Amino acid sequence: MEVIKIKGTDDTPTVILDKENGIFEISGRSLPEDVTTFYEPILSWLDDYQEEANAKTVFSFKLVYFNTASSKLILDILMKLEDMHENGKEILIKWFFPEDDEDMQEAGEEYADIVDVPFEQVSYNF
Amino acid sequence: MDKSNVKGFLEFVYDFYRSMKAHEITLVYEGEITHQITKAFTSLTESNMAKESESNSVQKKVFHVMVECLQNISKHADSFGSDDFLFAGRGIFMVSKGKNDYHVTTGNVIENDKIEELTEMLDHINSLDKDGLKDLYKNQMKEGRLSEKGGAGLGFIDIARKTNNKLDFHFLPIDEGSSFFLLTSSISRIA
Repeated sequence: MEVIKIKGTDDTPTVILDKENGIFEISGRSLPEDVTTFYEPILSWLDDYQEEANAKTVFSFKLVYFNTASSKLILDILMKLEDMHENGKEILIKWFFPEDDEDMQEAGEEYADIVDVPFEQVSYNF
Repeated sequence: MDKSNVKGFLEFVYDFYRSMKAHEITLVYEGEITHQITKAFTSLTESNMAKESESNSVQKKVFHVMVECLQNISKHADSFGSDDFLFAGRGIFMVSKGKNDYHVTTGNVIENDKIEELTEMLDHINSLDKDGLKDLYKNQMKEGRLSEKGGAGLGFIDIARKTNNKLDFHFLPIDEGSSFFLLTSSISRIA
């Protein structure tokens, strides 16, 4: 499968989707001018990946900021991972948040409530 | 402008400056709100707050509220007639900093037939407590669809949650078809 590597900017996150090396990561800031256009390739990559997913997928979110429009698209990503989990694949979501950022921690807790998929909260110092 | 007009204008500029100071306005803008403007204003305010050693959590809240307010205008502000000076996606945007709070204020033209729905939505948000807002946000994220313009219907809920304050809003009539919609959000500087 093709590898997606998008370098982050001050309004778009860094994205790495690499099946072969087992790296699935979205990090940084997300407030793209057009959320749909930005996330569309990521969602369609996940559709393809779903067909031939690795036995285990650890998907990391390490966001410092995302706007409300992005929050909807992040949920769409999580729901695709939930589908894979339902289809018997081993999935783990790692939600990283700066240790002093309660809002980002709470955002992770909310997603964990909405989707039925193994979810791990990880605080970090930065 | 003839000479006396120039003087009058310059006096107006000074009055304007003084009233900005009196209201502790740190940023004011009228015009089209684009993505570039949003980025410029948020990074300007961010660097000002960092210079003034505002706490991380206040900085983040102000940033959140600014982004959502600016995107609201760029996505929802209606046009004001065809030959007028206000167009869709335009509005006034203001940040003020008091001793205890930051205020982020927006104003834009909307069609009168949207007032009822908007009022209902804002009143509903204002009637909810922390948990109620959380449930509403989660629900809207699950059930809501992105609009053509990329709005998720989450902005106001997010502002209420991030600020822990009620949304203050007001409609001023312009003519029989449209009104000026004003919204101000307060972010406490005290932890």
